[in-house]
Amino acid sequence: MAQTYRKQLIDPLVDNNPITLQVLGICSALAVTSSLKVAFVMTIAVTLVTAFASMFISMLRNHIPSSIRIIVQMVIIASLVILVDQVLKAYAFEISKTLAVFVGLIITNCIVMGRAEAFAMKNPPFASFVDGVGNGLGYGLILMLVGFIRELFGSGTLFGITVLPTVNNGGWYLPNGLLLLPPSAFFIIGLLIWAFRTWKPAQVEEREHKIQTIEAH
Amino acid sequence: MQDLISLAVKAIFVENLALSFFLGMCTFLAVSKKVSTAIGLGISVMIVQSITVPANNLILTYLLAPGALSWAGFTEVDLTFLGLISYIGVIAALVQILEMILDKYFPPLYNALGVFLPLITVNCAILGGSLFMVERSYDLTESVVYGASSGFGWALAITAMAGIREKLKYSDIPDGLQGLGITFISAGLMALAFMSFSGVKL
Repeated sequence: MAQTYRKQLIDPLVDNNPITLQVLGICSALAVTSSLKVAFVMTIAVTLVTAFASMFISMLRNHIPSSIRIIVQMVIIASLVILVDQVLKAYAFEISKTLAVFVGLIITNCIVMGRAEAFAMKNPPFASFVDGVGNGLGYGLILMLVGFIRELFGSGTLFGITVLPTVNNGGWYLPNGLLLLPPSAFFIIGLLIWAFRTWKPAQVEEREHKIQTIEAH
Repeated sequence: MQDLISLAVKAIFVENLALSFFLGMCTFLAVSKKVSTAIGLGISVMIVQSITVPANNLILTYLLAPGALSWAGFTEVDLTFLGLISYIGVIAALVQILEMILDKYFPPLYNALGVFLPLITVNCAILGGSLFMVERSYDLTESVVYGASSGFGWALAITAMAGIREKLKYSDIPDGLQGLGITFISAGLMALAFMSFSGVKL
């Protein structure tokens, strides 16, 4: 049993990553990654919500009529997100200001819904909890990687601590302003996907059209 | 009037929900393989967005905001913490109602858009639109304009993306970038192009 839990936890990190492979939860992944600190808080929030939502939905799975399951799942997820939102507002007001609407948008984050629907409705609570943690961390891994690149090269800091002293502050590093703008997140995730798929060729998508060479006669 | 036009232009181009806030990305990437389906989804998002943003605005002003319940005799009740759960409830219910109305009275439209409607409940662009409305405290007129134009902006973005992807499938792309990877990078280039609107003032 311990083996399966371990697999559930490790699997979503690379082999079955929610962002690079399942195309889930991209909305917030792109918007909150301009600094590492915010990405970190978002990771924790999403992991907690996914894990507990999966656990509660799995506990109720035998009592939820299938015709209204989406609404029941929504209510559970929304209540958890409200909790996270209130806690952030109380203890980390600055960060909750930066995250703005994106905390609320965890409700519609497809990872939470997707895991509830695909896993928690069919499996016991503890397994669902572990699955939720795993997927939350898989999401967080990409978020932190993108946040790391954007913050380090965009403003020369990590977690707000100067690593590469910028020209404006008398250092030598000329920051790349593009990395602080939203489009850079698209490029970085695109390139990360490329890197992941070169490392694990099994994830490469099939071509819809093949290029054929016609022999000249 | 001028304010409203500038609000609309801003919502369509400068603050495009899909390309500058990344809202509704999951559906944006998953359903943008063909132009015809992209247009169908875009229109559905536009309709739902123009209904839900004003509806949530009414909910906020008459039920949730501090002191909003004074018409019922509760002058000091502040229910804003229930915001998230009410907005998503309103969205889910309205999508369901819209689906039933379309099914009953406009069957051809229902056949064309029906498959997309359930997707829309979990589309972050819809909830995001309502949350931005709350954050920027729009009034009712402004939220009607904002809802319609932000929905239009999203539809525009997904249609353009689908057009690009239709051409893209004939090109020779490195194996690892095939599919999702190249889609991300082209979306990034589109977002850069949309950023050039950011200086526009009306």
